[in-house]
Amino acid sequence: MTEATPPKNLPPKKLVLDALWRARTNKFGDFAGYDMPLQFEGLIPEHNWTRAHAGLFDVSHMGPCFIGLPKDHGLAPEAAHAAIAAQVERIVPSDIAGLKPGQIRYTTLLNALGGVLDDLMIARPSEPEAQGDLYVVVNAGCKHADWDYMGRSFDPGIRIVRADDRCLLALQGPEAADAFSLLCPAAADMNFMTYARLEVGTFGRLTISRSGYTGEDGYEILVKADQAQGLAEALLSDVRVKPIGLGARDTLRLEAGLCLYGHELDPGTSPIEADLAWIIQKRRREAKDFPGAMHITRHLTDGPPKKRVGLKPKDRAPARDGVEIHKDGRMIGMVSSGGFSPTLNAPISMGYVEAKFAAPGTIVDLMVRGQPRAAEVTPLPFVPHQYRRSKGKGS
Amino acid sequence: MTTRYTKDHEWVRMEGGIAIIGISAYAAEQLGDVVYAELPAVGAPFKQGDDMAVVESAKTASDVYAPISGEIVEANAEIAGENWEIINDAPQAGGWFVKLKPSNKAEFDALMDEAAYGEYVKGL
Repeated sequence: MTEATPPKNLPPKKLVLDALWRARTNKFGDFAGYDMPLQFEGLIPEHNWTRAHAGLFDVSHMGPCFIGLPKDHGLAPEAAHAAIAAQVERIVPSDIAGLKPGQIRYTTLLNALGGVLDDLMIARPSEPEAQGDLYVVVNAGCKHADWDYMGRSFDPGIRIVRADDRCLLALQGPEAADAFSLLCPAAADMNFMTYARLEVGTFGRLTISRSGYTGEDGYEILVKADQAQGLAEALLSDVRVKPIGLGARDTLRLEAGLCLYGHELDPGTSPIEADLAWIIQKRRREAKDFPGAMHITRHLTDGPPKKRVGLKPKDRAPARDGVEIHKDGRMIGMVSSGGFSPTLNAPISMGYVEAKFAAPGTIVDLMVRGQPRAAEVTPLPFVPHQYRRSKGKGS
Repeated sequence: MTTRYTKDHEWVRMEGGIAIIGISAYAAEQLGDVVYAELPAVGAPFKQGDDMAVVESAKTASDVYAPISGEIVEANAEIAGENWEIINDAPQAGGWFVKLKPSNKAEFDALMDEAAYGEYVKGL
């Protein structure tokens, strides 16, 4: 019995909180060059705990950074935001100028053909004195290439300040807000996809996003390395909070129908093919002023040649990344991520199919170990999102 | 009864000239909760090292290799009936995968014994 192990080059980097996690599990693995906790009490119990309570994830391998105008820009707040937004809009198709103070958008870095180089979160600060800065979080595996691309794309003098020497913790689940609010009462009133920098007790100023990648309500909290252990321990002392490994992070995002770079997203795939047309707001569609706008506009108007879809196998065999999708004996696509859904107690997959086979209800064959197994094209997400959309209780 | 092991974490036990085969407790623990398994058909022939079965957790799919050559004479009905929990609950007892009629007894004798496998796992 063997598992495929990814190629190893340099020894993986240790997380700042390595000792804290090792006291709780010995199941670690190399992910994007970091030695990450994969599993604590078990993938399925951890997954279910996050859907029912609150899970704490160490996602410090990712690439948080601050992008800013030169310190002496001298612009009024609105003009400063417009100026930094114009820089970033050179490489993403979303309306960054139109971000309200404190708002976050999910978007993609694009290449000249409109293919996706990475997916990322971009946040506008709320403080007037911080206008002209943006908080950006890119993926672990792409971060060095992304920062190089930004540096090449922006005007000289634009600052790119890496923050991946800090800890990035994600607290996710229906009880995340109640748990975090004990430490940070102001976080309770934040809406989903908003951003604040708050002084929190002895932990100093935290960079807090009400966001995440599990389909649940929750936060991503950037904390200075020397305060991270105290914050993690304070969160873990709450009976509603348990540590969750990378294994469950993947099954949670798969159930939530969210893209993972290198699986659903790559330089040969446009945001429209990835079913992310919603990230391109009206002003940008009309202006067609982003990389690959000609290709992307054609995908928007004529429809893309392939589409990302959900797939529910009819039997129990999981169909994972790389499984061919056939229809009437012909290959029409490939599974991009797949596995087992603890919430549905059934296998689920995402994949790309030729557009004409993307309608929900279409029956296709997943070629698991060479054998065709029937599956139905289904809408995404597999499990409804529980994001907090407006002020007040509930989602 | 001697149980022998492979480096790929299969175990084999000989009972009345028939080999009972499964995955080790270590392998089951590493894998986590089994959510799917596929066993070979009765009568299927295997050479040592061939892909023989598949076992999957939420995390990953793993191939189970034929630890010795021979022909399948029985597949565990519990597993075929989708009672996959038995693989986690009793990997080296009720969670056996298949029974196989060996074609080369020397292959069994060359596998690791309990003590050697224990040392091997410690070094992983």
